[in-house]
Amino acid sequence: MIVQALKDQGVDTVFGYPGGAVLPIYDEIFLQNDIRHYLVRHEQGAVHAAEGYARSTGKPGVVLVTSGPGATNAVTGLTDALMDSIPIVVLTGQVPTFMIGNDAFQEADTVGITRPCTKHNWLVRDTADLSNVIHQAFHVATHGRPGPVLVDIPKDVQFASAAYTAPENARTSHYAPKTRGDADRIEELVALIESAERPIIYSGGGVINSGVAASQKLRELVDGTNFPITSTLMGLGAYPANGRNWVGMLGMHGLYEANLAMHDCDLMINIGARFDDRITGRLDAFSPGSRKVHIDIDPSSVNKVIHVDVPIIGDVDSVLGDALALWKSRGSKTRKDAVEVWWAKIREWRSINCLAFTQATKTIKPQHALTRLEALTKDHDRYICTEVGQHQMWAAQYLGFNEPHRWMTSGGLGTMGYGFPASIGVQVAHPGALVINVAGEASWLMNMQEMGTAVQYNLPVKQFILNNERLGMVRQWQELLHGERYSQSWSEALPDFVKLAEAFGAKGILCSDPDDLDDAIMEMLAYDGPVIFDCVVEKHENCFPMIPSGEPHNKMLLGEASTKGAIGTKGAVMV
Amino acid sequence: MAPLKIKKGTSKHSAYDLRDPHSEGLERHTLAVVVANEAGVLARVIGLFSGRGYNIESLTVAETDHRGHLSRITVVTIGTPSVIEQIKAQLGRIVPVHEVHDLTVEGPSVERELALFKVAGEGNDRIEALRLAEIFRANVVDSTLSSFVFEMTGTSEKIDAFAELMRPLGLQEVARTGVAALSRGTA
Ligand SMILES: Cc1ncc(C[n+]2csc(CCOP(=O)(O)OP(=O)(O)O)c2C)c(N)n1
Ligand SMILES: [Mg+2]
Repeated sequence: MIVQALKDQGVDTVFGYPGGAVLPIYDEIFLQNDIRHYLVRHEQGAVHAAEGYARSTGKPGVVLVTSGPGATNAVTGLTDALMDSIPIVVLTGQVPTFMIGNDAFQEADTVGITRPCTKHNWLVRDTADLSNVIHQAFHVATHGRPGPVLVDIPKDVQFASAAYTAPENARTSHYAPKTRGDADRIEELVALIESAERPIIYSGGGVINSGVAASQKLRELVDGTNFPITSTLMGLGAYPANGRNWVGMLGMHGLYEANLAMHDCDLMINIGARFDDRITGRLDAFSPGSRKVHIDIDPSSVNKVIHVDVPIIGDVDSVLGDALALWKSRGSKTRKDAVEVWWAKIREWRSINCLAFTQATKTIKPQHALTRLEALTKDHDRYICTEVGQHQMWAAQYLGFNEPHRWMTSGGLGTMGYGFPASIGVQVAHPGALVINVAGEASWLMNMQEMGTAVQYNLPVKQFILNNERLGMVRQWQELLHGERYSQSWSEALPDFVKLAEAFGAKGILCSDPDDLDDAIMEMLAYDGPVIFDCVVEKHENCFPMIPSGEPHNKMLLGEASTKGAIGTKGAVMV
Repeated sequence: MAPLKIKKGTSKHSAYDLRDPHSEGLERHTLAVVVANEAGVLARVIGLFSGRGYNIESLTVAETDHRGHLSRITVVTIGTPSVIEQIKAQLGRIVPVHEVHDLTVEGPSVERELALFKVAGEGNDRIEALRLAEIFRANVVDSTLSSFVFEMTGTSEKIDAFAELMRPLGLQEVARTGVAALSRGTA
């Protein structure tokens, strides 16, 4: 029944790990061939793999794990997916209904534990409800603002039989978030587009979640109006990095020109982003002179942090479609001259070239490694995942994303250990594509057991580790905020990554000389199988630009020279 | 730039009825939340308040529509206008929540609470307690030679006031139901 429900939902891939409380489901899986099950090495890995699968396809990812420890191991992944609005469906086994509440072996209050980290969850106590609930789960995960859901299924409920409910007969009607934006507000947006002198479009992960068509409309809007566009970390690729109007990522480690444009604009159009604190910096100094429009499918995102003038609740695709149609019907007007002057200003900011770095002769700078990786892979059918830390920010800065669904990173939760299993999920979804996980050595170790999964299924994921032998981002904060007292931010006793790869039956490459870098990257690309690339980089490089926590956008640190004493004690309490 | 037809931060045109968003003043709002009567729904609502640091002044819940399996949760909460708007939006996001009504802004409403008071005393105190109960229209639902249990229905303020008066007269215990509320007239 469960497998049937999954098939009827179009599922062909499940990431999971068996145990006593899910044996009946594993038995069903054994007896069929339509659904392929990928055995991970840790349940956290299963959830991140499902996230990678979902992010790179737009379809929900599916996870199957056992009760108790299986379920608790999934909690980090669920929280990650909730923060980044990723649709995943997690099925957990539970002890039989008659034992619930008795502290039975491997019993955990799974729905209780996961209530705050799922969009919704269910405990199914009756087999007659089971198929209906599974269909509801898919409906909730994928409608409105996407997110993770969990269905907890006691073992006796798995064993019993009952009539099957087909998806079209499932009760899903009550959950129907509004997708069409309010016409009056869309008219206000169009009027603002027509009259803005210093506009900026600020797009986010919501555009990606709204589907490929939404990215197309975004491009049409940007190209039609000639407005500059910046994006959050989660929104990269919705507008192409090689597009004419791209001003780069914004936020704490965003580009100088993007952040200054946000600060000085007179019209800010937020499309599917959420005014996260990594974006806004100090709230009372956030873009003080602008009218703000916010398009979001989730009413609770609007006016949560920043008060906006024109809130538009709806799906990005639908709202942009309506806005474009109206704007065109009114003659596709903008203040062309004023916008040109604004562009001149942006070009002036851009000319300081905030991402410039000098590659040394002896050691590889991490920025250089990524610049070469970009040059040598940009024409491939390429998907990039990352872990969390400096390397993540450098990847966002130095790699270019020209299509949506090509960039998988843990934004909201910032989960070290996300990238490797996510890359496995992406590779499963796109067997022929080049999938690279840009990693830090510390993050990568957090889920390194998934090497077993990569090798077992011959998934040729490339683990590109920028090895600075440091918890680099922590070290950077300690340097800037804690008087250079480097408490516990060394990566000590690191494994020999080449031997580690070989121990798993994969390929390992070590590169520490800038002169060898290109050849080593080519060797990685040429190898048909999983690779660990240990790229030994400069240990004390800092990630700039940086807006220190608690500072406004125009108080940006650009490089070493401007950092001394730049962060006050007030900023230090923020994360 | 063209002036907006709407004034910055005014209520009428925003997604919600937003009063001055910058006001730091605290407001007390009564929310009626209609939810599917399924396991765990109360935990979701309460978890939202505790997880996000919102206040609950009073909370009542009971199934109100047996055929539709709907329950009504009445929450009285205190917060700045923007916090109240957030609370409503966050409640609306919970999957089994069908409707969220802010009775405080949606027009006139009636609010009632039921309370039981146990008052023990002798002599004049006992007589005085009875006399005040009559003024407040509280009923005696239990009596012994040395105690009364009064029952009273009214606004929370009225119940507070009565409890205050009973305190020096031997108030032992109070049990309150929390607020139940409905909008006036036909919806
Ligand atoms: C699970 C988890 N624990 C702790 C942190 C805090 N943290 C953020 S970045 C970082 C260091 C990451 O080091 P590494 O993976 O080597 O990347 P680098 O910054 O050196 O590029 C830490 C510890 C986190 N984000 N996630
Ligand atoms: Mg590191």
